[in-house]
Amino acid sequence: MKIAITAKGENLESEVDPRFGRCQFFIIIDPDTMEFEVMENPSAMAMGGAGPQASQAISGMGVEVVITGNVGPNAFQALNAAGIKVMTGASGTIKEVVEKYKSGNLAEAGNPTVGTHAGMGQGGGGGRGMGGGRR
Amino acid sequence: MRISVASGKGGTGKTTIAVNLALSIDNAMLIDCDVEGPNSHIFFKEQMVKLKDVSIPAPEFDLDKCTLCGKCADFCQYNAIAIVGEKLLFFEELCHGCGGCKIICPEDAIAEVDHHIGIIEKGGTESITLYHGLLNIGEPFGVPIIRELKGFADESKITIFDSPPGTACPAVEAMRDSDFCILVTEPTPFGLHDLTLTVDVMREIGTPFGVVVNRDGIGDDRVDVYCRNENIQLLAKIPNDLDIARLYSKGVPIVEGLPEYKALFAEMFDKVREVA
Repeated sequence: MKIAITAKGENLESEVDPRFGRCQFFIIIDPDTMEFEVMENPSAMAMGGAGPQASQAISGMGVEVVITGNVGPNAFQALNAAGIKVMTGASGTIKEVVEKYKSGNLAEAGNPTVGTHAGMGQGGGGGRGMGGGRR
Repeated sequence: MRISVASGKGGTGKTTIAVNLALSIDNAMLIDCDVEGPNSHIFFKEQMVKLKDVSIPAPEFDLDKCTLCGKCADFCQYNAIAIVGEKLLFFEELCHGCGGCKIICPEDAIAEVDHHIGIIEKGGTESITLYHGLLNIGEPFGVPIIRELKGFADESKITIFDSPPGTACPAVEAMRDSDFCILVTEPTPFGLHDLTLTVDVMREIGTPFGVVVNRDGIGDDRVDVYCRNENIQLLAKIPNDLDIARLYSKGVPIVEGLPEYKALFAEMFDKVREVA
């Protein structure tokens, strides 16, 4: 069985990337043998819809579980549709996270854990002028 | 002639400048392109009246014909379509309504249905017609309404476009194809910072532009220094005048309550006309 973990780097010492849709890499690993492959996330820099696109990429890899920090509503819906379990709240190195997973110390997310666009680098800016009703 | 009034920072006075400029010159009309929060109409007593609905085409999938080939998902630049496992997912709020998925589908499994995103209203006075758009609450993408609004520009008039704040798609859509763009800022660090972003956009789209400093006196002279160094024309400075604020709070245009300001706006227009 294969699980996908969002990662900031390309090996087992890398930190977990807390973002799903815009993570740098997916480490796709068999927790029993610890054999793994690295997939660059095609939607790390997507204009929009990073969650659905990343979900589609992952679903093509035959993984059964995704482990990450947080997951937004679009990605959550897409991963659910693909029948992939989502586990959130992960941190530390990939190796540590696999250990936690094996010992049953990761929780399955029943809901999205962040709103849309949470993983985008730049915050939006700007207040606007005064509001006001019609006269 | 088309003049847009824009600003990277919100709340600098775009609407103030747009409305008062329109009231200070002959043969003007106003188009408020801030479809997420139009407020030019506040300065006119006349009610806005609905003119038309605005819709974008949204795909409707015939799942009996769909073979899950994924060509539509690959094509969609906004990732509004995903094929996961044996399912096709459509994320309506990500769809920009370009219609490309329908063209690309080899199975003819995609039909287009109208997705209502907002309305256009008309108002203003006998001498100044005002158009504005209202994006439905929850809709993320107002550009199609702005595009339609721009179609109401009367080429025999001086059309003033009140642009949405920022430098993203809606603002760029409102500013592009203008003969001149008036960038409104305030003499504060935020005002200067967001002005520099807007200047970058103006240079990218190649529209002539100049700067108006609003609420002059509240900050420092860094906007002046920046404009001098960058060779940007300062069109006018509007003082931080409590009387202006009082009028604003009552929805009265400056040039109605303080007619002496008409000369300032007329002079601003003369400077614009020299360039555009």
